[in-house]
Formats: sequence, C-alpha cells, structure tokens
Amino acid sequence: MADTHILPQPSMAAPPIGASSSGIVISDLTLRFGARTIFAGLNLTVAPGSFVVLLGTSGVGKSSLLKIVAGLARPTAGSVTTADGETLSGHVAYMGQTDLLYPWLNVAANVTVGARLRGDRPDRDRALHLLERVGLADRAQALPSELSGGMRQRAAIARTLYEDRPIVLMDEPFSALDTFTRARIQDLAAELLSGRTALMITHDPLEACRLGHHLVVMSGTPATLGPPITVRGATPRAPDDPEVLRTQGRLMTLLTPQAAP
Amino acid sequence: MKRISGLSRALVTTSGFLALWWVFTRITSVPSYMLPGPWSVAQALWDQRDLMFWSAIVTFGEVFAGLLIGTLLGAAFGLMIVFSPLMQRWLMPLLLLSQAIPVFALAPLLVLWFGFGMASKIVMAVLVIFFPVTAAFADGLRRTDRGLLDLAVTMNASPVSVLRHVRLPAALPAFGSGLRVAAAIAPIGAIIGEWVGSSAGLGYVMLNANARIETDVMFAALFVLSVMTIVLWVVVDRVLRRVLFWVPDTTGSV
Repeated sequence: MADTHILPQPSMAAPPIGASSSGIVISDLTLRFGARTIFAGLNLTVAPGSFVVLLGTSGVGKSSLLKIVAGLARPTAGSVTTADGETLSGHVAYMGQTDLLYPWLNVAANVTVGARLRGDRPDRDRALHLLERVGLADRAQALPSELSGGMRQRAAIARTLYEDRPIVLMDEPFSALDTFTRARIQDLAAELLSGRTALMITHDPLEACRLGHHLVVMSGTPATLGPPITVRGATPRAPDDPEVLRTQGRLMTLLTPQAAP
Repeated sequence: MKRISGLSRALVTTSGFLALWWVFTRITSVPSYMLPGPWSVAQALWDQRDLMFWSAIVTFGEVFAGLLIGTLLGAAFGLMIVFSPLMQRWLMPLLLLSQAIPVFALAPLLVLWFGFGMASKIVMAVLVIFFPVTAAFADGLRRTDRGLLDLAVTMNASPVSVLRHVRLPAALPAFGSGLRVAAAIAPIGAIIGEWVGSSAGLGYVMLNANARIETDVMFAALFVLSVMTIVLWVVVDRVLRRVLFWVPDTTGSV
C-alpha cells in the first residue's frame, strides 16, 4: 500500500522549468472519517513542470485527496509538501468543479479577485492581457451570468493564470461543459498552463489522455494509487491520436469493474 | 413597457374594486357608520388632510426608525449566530422566545415602559422586524457556496477578507428577502403600538374615529396607511434591485 511512485520529467516536449517551478510530494497520506478509511499511506511525487492526471470512479476519494493537497482539508496522517519540503500554501492555484466566478464581480474583477482578497492592488492591465490570451478581451465588463459556460471557464483560466502560482490543482474543472466546448477549453488550458506543475482529477479518460504526461488510477476501498501510466507526445493531444486511443482503452479496462457490481 | 402595463393593471383592479364597493353600498343601503361609500371616504380624506398628513408623518417616522434599527439589529444577530457557536446556543432560544410571545400581548407593557410617545412604537416595530432579517441573513451567510470559500482560501485570503469579499456579498440576496418582508410588516408593529396607547399617528386617528363612529375617517386613515406601506415596499424593492444588480430577477416586479 505504501509503494512510492516517482514520476519523472516528461521525456518528450519537456516543458521549460522556471525558477518558480516546484513539484508536489505526497507522503504517507491517510484519511479516515470515523471508522471508515478513505485511503491510507498514499505516496505520489509530481515532478516540477509535469501534468499529472488522477483518475478514478466517483466517491473513491479523489476530491478529498485534492482538497488536502490544496490545503482545504486536513489529512488524518501524512504530509504534502513541495520538492523543497515547504508547505504548499501560497504555491497553489485551485480550479474547482464549477468556474467559481463570483457572480457580483465582472469578468475583469473576477480575474483579479485574488489581489482583492489579499488586500493588494489589482493589476488591471495584467488582467486585461490575460483575458486577451483566453479570448475574452471584449467581455471584461460583463457579469458571469451574461457569459456562456465555455466563456466562464475561460475567465476561470485567466484568473488561475493571474495568480501565477507554480502549481495548479484542478478538480474536474471542465466537467460541466459540453463535449466540444470541453475539447476547446482543454486545448487552451494545456497551452496556457504548460510549464507549471499540474495535478488534475477527472473521471473522463479522454480528458486524461489528451492533457496528462502521467496518469494515475485511484481505485479500491480504501483507495490505492496504481502505477503511473506515461502517455507520450506533446499535449494537448488530438482526440484521435493513436497513443490517446490506446491509453484510453487501457484506462477503461482498469476503471471498469470486471465482475458485475 | 412592462412597468406601465403593471401600473395600469393595478389601476384597473383598484377602480374595479372601488366600483364594486360603491355599487354594494348603494344597493344594500348599509348604514354609513357600518360601511361608508368610497365617495364619503374620499371626502373625509380631503377634509382631514392636515390631520392625515401629520399623522402619516408620525407613523412613518416610527416605521422608518423601526426598520432602520430592526435591520441593523437583525444583521448583527445574524452575524453573531453564524460566527459564534456560543452565541448561537445562548442567543437562539432568546430570539425564538421573543417571537413566541405575540407583540399584541407585549404592547401594553412596552407602552408602560417606553411611554406614549414614538419610542414604544419603534420598539414594537423593531420586535416584529428583526427576526425575519436575522433568520434570512443567517441563512444566507450559512449557505455560501463552499467552492467560493475554498477558492478564497487557496488565494490566501484572511478570514476577515473572506467575510467582507465573499460571505457578505453572497448573503446579500437572502438579506434582501428579509428586508422586503421587514418593510411589509414594519407598519404592523407601529400601528399596534399606536392602538394600545398614543397621542399621535395614524393608529391614534383610527382609534379616535372608531370611538366616535366616524367610520369614513377610519377608512381614510387606513387608505393612507396602505399607500404608505406600498410606497415603502416599492422603494425598498427598487433599492435592493439596484444594489443586487447581479442577481437574476428573483421576485415579481410591482
């Protein structure tokens, strides 16, 4: 149960590692709710600059794991640190299952909301520049309720980039979007987040195969992590990329219970 | 367009009601001290316009002060019971008790304590208002989207900053609902107070008119009171709409 998986740098198309890059070291992480053990002794190391996708069925404990990594929940035992042994607080940006835009702030104010929350002066020019990069320059003054699901998710990506944290944690960030919008947002996210350390959880094998350098399957009760599956090729990969199709098939087999439930 | 048609609908309904009322008093020849016709009520309203105006000012002053104090008190209680479990345990029974006792039963006591002037009426209005505001605000504060809070924490926001930038704005729509209810029921508190013991105000006018069987004056005062309540509600509603511009249309417009 305590097997350690050290994930190497992605071999192909290795993203540039800036000075700000930092990895994630999860060691001996245990989470219990009363007598129920969600997971015990989890170990995972995410190398700086790599994009790791955690896959699993609903209720296996993926979200709990990500919340602990994000510092939003406490584990029963174990620790999560950067490669240098520091705590992750201040190093992570978080994207939730919905866009989490504040409905009373316009798009530009949502992008700079971190500064507002920390009591810093919002950098409006930087926000507008980021909105340009996600293709929302002309909607800076709009309220979130006036945007489509895809546009809201673009705004959320701009907000994540504004935070400029070396580690990005994503909890099924695109699951609310339709298939085709999701594919476009995935392309955008892969392009804009490249170079950062990313840990994403999803239950969509296609999403995992398109975006991840390494895929880790979380399964069982209590949950354990399977050996990492490395997907070759630069991201975002085409949906019909042979590597994507092959790995997707493999994941389906791993995640679908053999016996009848 | 929509507002005009809403207004004209209200006019049609009101004049239809007035016509029915007039026809009813005509054909049944019910004595005017039982039910005066709309015309004699209008006459009474015009004859007593000075009294009505000054009485309305007094009652409005009580309602407005009660609304202001009740809202502030409600907001403070809402914050306290949400953020302090100790306060919730010790304060909640007291708040519930204050609502379990009918204000009617308390009115004579409040007049005894706070006198015949405006103070006892303001206290009465505060007593009916603060609870809906407290309950709605506390509910709104508790229901803040978990994800919005989580996001703020990962952005290293301090608890005070989370309260100011996330929880308070997120609870504003619920607070607004409480305020709308408060605006509609605040006059009840003030009028009860005036009935029990007062020397001014619309409730005082009604009580006097009733004693002298000047039913038309009583109806006129009632009319002034309803107009005041409706205007107050509409103003509060408009202000809330302006402040909560980001909330998708919640209540039907008047």
